[in-house]
Amino acid sequence: MRAPARTQGSRVARGRPIRFTFDGRVLFGIEGDTLASALLANDVHLVARSFKYHRPRGILSAGSEEPSALVTVRRDAAHHTPNLCATTVELYDGLQAHSQNRWPSLTFDTGAVAALVGPFIPAGFYYKTFKWPRGAWKALYEPYIRAAAGLGRAPQLPDPDSYAQRFAHCEVLVVGAGAAGIAAAVAAARAGARVILCDEQAAAGGFLLTEADAAHGERIDGAPAGAWLERQLAVLAALPRVRVLTRTTAFGWYPHNLLGLCERLTDHLGMPQPGQPRERLWQVRAKEVVLATGAIERPLVFPGNDRPGIMLAAAARTYLNRHAVLPGRKVAVVTACDDAYRAALELAAAGVKVSVIADIRSHSEGALPRLARAAGLPVRTGVTVVGTAGRLRVSAITLTPLDAGGGAPGAATERFDCDLVLMSGGFTPNVSLFSQARGKLKWDETINAFVPGATLERLRPAGACRGLFTLAAAVADGSAAGDEAAREAQLPHDGAMREVAAAATDAAMAGQPGALARPPAARGKAFVDWQNDVTTFDLALATREGFRSVEHVKRYTTTGMATDQGKTSNLNALGVVAAVLGEPLAQVGLTTFRPPYTPVTFGTLAGRARGELLDPVRTTPIHGWAREHDAVFEDVGQWKRARYFPRLAEDMHAAVARECKAVRNGCGLFDASTLGKIDVSGPDAATFLERMYVNAWSNLAVGRCRYGILLRDDGFIFDDGVVARLAPDRFHVTTTTGGAARVLALMEDYLQTEWPQLDVWLTSTTEQWAVIAVQGPYARRVLEGVVEDIDLKATALPHMAVATGRIGGVPLMLMRVSFTGELGFELNVPADFGQAVWELIAAAGAIHGITAYGTETMHVLRAEKGYIIVGQDTDGTVTADDAGLSWAIGKAKSDFLGKSALQRPALREPGRRQLVGLATLDPRVVLPEGAQIMATAGLPPPTRPLGFVSSAYHSATLGRSIALGLVAGGRARLGTTLFVPTPQGEVPVQVTAPVFYDAKGERLNG
Amino acid sequence: MAELTARAPAFAPSDLLRLLPPLQRRILRGRAAALDAAGTAMGVDLPQRGRAAAANGCTALWLGPDEYLLLAPEAANPWPALQAALAGLPHACVDVSQRHAAFEVAGEHAAAALNTGCPLDLDLDLEAFPEGQCTRTVFGKAGIILWRTAADRFHVEVWRSFASYVTQLLALAAGEV
Repeated sequence: MRAPARTQGSRVARGRPIRFTFDGRVLFGIEGDTLASALLANDVHLVARSFKYHRPRGILSAGSEEPSALVTVRRDAAHHTPNLCATTVELYDGLQAHSQNRWPSLTFDTGAVAALVGPFIPAGFYYKTFKWPRGAWKALYEPYIRAAAGLGRAPQLPDPDSYAQRFAHCEVLVVGAGAAGIAAAVAAARAGARVILCDEQAAAGGFLLTEADAAHGERIDGAPAGAWLERQLAVLAALPRVRVLTRTTAFGWYPHNLLGLCERLTDHLGMPQPGQPRERLWQVRAKEVVLATGAIERPLVFPGNDRPGIMLAAAARTYLNRHAVLPGRKVAVVTACDDAYRAALELAAAGVKVSVIADIRSHSEGALPRLARAAGLPVRTGVTVVGTAGRLRVSAITLTPLDAGGGAPGAATERFDCDLVLMSGGFTPNVSLFSQARGKLKWDETINAFVPGATLERLRPAGACRGLFTLAAAVADGSAAGDEAAREAQLPHDGAMREVAAAATDAAMAGQPGALARPPAARGKAFVDWQNDVTTFDLALATREGFRSVEHVKRYTTTGMATDQGKTSNLNALGVVAAVLGEPLAQVGLTTFRPPYTPVTFGTLAGRARGELLDPVRTTPIHGWAREHDAVFEDVGQWKRARYFPRLAEDMHAAVARECKAVRNGCGLFDASTLGKIDVSGPDAATFLERMYVNAWSNLAVGRCRYGILLRDDGFIFDDGVVARLAPDRFHVTTTTGGAARVLALMEDYLQTEWPQLDVWLTSTTEQWAVIAVQGPYARRVLEGVVEDIDLKATALPHMAVATGRIGGVPLMLMRVSFTGELGFELNVPADFGQAVWELIAAAGAIHGITAYGTETMHVLRAEKGYIIVGQDTDGTVTADDAGLSWAIGKAKSDFLGKSALQRPALREPGRRQLVGLATLDPRVVLPEGAQIMATAGLPPPTRPLGFVSSAYHSATLGRSIALGLVAGGRARLGTTLFVPTPQGEVPVQVTAPVFYDAKGERLNG
Repeated sequence: MAELTARAPAFAPSDLLRLLPPLQRRILRGRAAALDAAGTAMGVDLPQRGRAAAANGCTALWLGPDEYLLLAPEAANPWPALQAALAGLPHACVDVSQRHAAFEVAGEHAAAALNTGCPLDLDLDLEAFPEGQCTRTVFGKAGIILWRTAADRFHVEVWRSFASYVTQLLALAAGEV
């Protein structure tokens, strides 16, 4: 092994050493290293195997655009993150990194056989292959072919980290803390704006960090870039109302200048504090946004351009200047623009031998090429690449002149030994967020790239992301953008389309999109998309097969569709397609960018919404008692409701049977607090309810209750519940548990938009009251001892009456109502007293064997009586008549919500599905809810069912199963036998009336 | 009997987060005449859009063009006078004392803690949400009423069954901001 490839004497080289492992091998880096720079410092270039062909791959870039060096970083089985860019992973003590997609090892990977069969896995391979035979799916495609293509392995354990979220507002959000972004932030803050400046890297500076210590670095205002950066960061730190977020990626643009930012808090730490959130999602609403997202260098597309040791020229400058790493000892540079000469000059100054600078342009006369020639570096112009050599690392590159018969067989070739190939196809402005913001792009011929054209959003692109590639120009542009943004933020949005003026002027940076001319002697694949292994052949094939739209080519070949979103490949892919189509590149157009800019963890998006806090868990005032009495709870919307109260070894069946019998024969106690409650007050309260509900209300006496049905405007049942009239101008409306919020919203909507002249107001009282149902033949006896100031006798308080009084000294609103068919009362008491009153009744009822029951028992009891549950026995296509409730409709009413819809012929057909009872011929069989109902036995599917089973239970009271169902023309089928197919076979059922118990309803009046 | 039960949400009070004592609450809705009369009766200049106003120990929080939340300490009894003033004027005045739990978020990090779940701009310097401002808003997936009682102090009203959810999230925020 060679000595570590670290230059001497730099600031970095004196940093603290850091120990890490790669595939188990112990290596050392230096504080401030990325995993990529540390690997290169250890002369490790082979870091990955490619997605499809398992080709050996190295490190292409030095940033988040990396499509090649993907690794898994692991602390333990749960802290295991696949598919990270080695170029963005910050080194910490003890970091364990692993290569991916190889077996048994990176240097010897059996999957590389895929490269041999490469010609048989062309573009669209999946679409062409994964069609037939059917059996091959499970035997071959899934286990072998799909498994061979791949990225890292997902962790097998739940994510143990926590994630935070924060909302923030600012006048100016600046995305990207490079030269333009810092200048923008300073200008905006000086103009008085609240500023948030974010950058994905660990430190602010962007490419300034590369230029800071560069031998041939650019200068700003005559000073070295590093000095300018330090001064500006000090200025920013001193300005009030500036928040600088590093390690923070602006990953998504959402309407009205809402940006999603992901701040990484602990991934760079060797030992995070326990409980410290791993990442924080910032949702920033910015009046104005300055996009200073920079530019991304384009690879060149030539045969064998993907070997380890082949990287972007600017990336090599970052490794050399920022990390003091020599990425090679002998370099060949292939370039289509002047900037790569800078890399050659700086590497040469650091002692690297420059084998050749191969400029594909016929002339290179700029300042940098002149410097290179003056330094004696060998420059070839007007050449193209025949190929490269080297199995696990590049060892040579072969060139041929383009203009001297390069297109002809037998043309002269020149081979250069090297262990590093740098390439530069020019720079692509990073317009991802601009495009996400629905910005229109335009083609800029000066730099051969798309640049921001026009946008409807309040944003300004600045610096390299709109084609200004020199630091001085970026600073001036950023400063102007920040100042304008701060001023514009004071004004209301005019909604006008903003045109972005053309800015690029530097033709020396034009570069080359698309593939290099391919000489006849060329051998091997020329890669366009490193991450998805898409080559020029694939793109040409797709185009030949008829895919002309670039959006289609993208999907067919998967170019640009990997996790890197084609940051390095999109423009080259376009260039190849345009060349095949023979169309100008500008006309072919660019594919759309979508969030996220770089991958975002699910944890960050979820934030605290996990486990117990996934959704609010709502509990009733009596929840504590239920928990102490071993209730089994069920989720009803966000509520936890007691489903049943098992005693000793009871299962649900036994507990429910016991609870049912207790209610039918004695007395039961039920927590109905979750029922929705709405106070409807005002002189027009009755008028309003007349218009909303199907029922008549004006004739409801004060002190009485009525069962109400609410339809949607299409005539179907929306909700139901008991309504009590407390005063001439005041009603207490109850709704279903799940319907509480939507009923109130519907009422408020009609009141505000249709009938604003009505003097009536709505107030939710759902949570003001705890509601305790006391049901059963002994209910009155139990309550007589505890209820004060109310005469409970049937003559004084008949079924469907309401009265106010006290219980245990607290206010009581008592409704005599029943959802069980038994004598029943519902006690409404202020919520704080709910559990105390419950305990009072439980104690008073003990001698009567009072029994707490849950929602399951409630369901059985009401089904025995044929009472519907909206949402279970209705499905949004059930009318009041379908449910057997037409008696509730106020016949004399001129109108109510949904009335006109009920006149539609389809809602009056006799063959509509109607609610009926279903009695299985075998009383032991409980039908599965949701099962279909057939007219005749033994019909093979597909057949048309008559309807379905909506509710089915075992009734302990009746000693048999019962069910409700919706059956076409059901009421005309009473007494007939129908058939319910189940996994256990077809069950014959008899159609009955939906009331199974106490058909005359006499028990209510007990 | 009837000690207060089930009111305390599941969280440990901290420097940031403190449960407030029980309050009497009314939702008052009606036309201008009723609202004016109510204000006069309570001695409160009923506040305008987005504001809260206090007098005689009672507070009125503007919730909507025709809606106020009235808060009074347990010991006070402003309601008979209110009812008398409202007699004959169309209105709704509904007791919601126990519909809500209330707590206070206070201290240097109060606004940041609230911004972990509430999307409002709470910047005091910009008067985006100054002292005396109140509004219905959300915290995470729960609706809340937020009222800034001082530069670094907020009064939060939340439906009682959501209190546990909101306070658990705020307790987590306290450890993070």
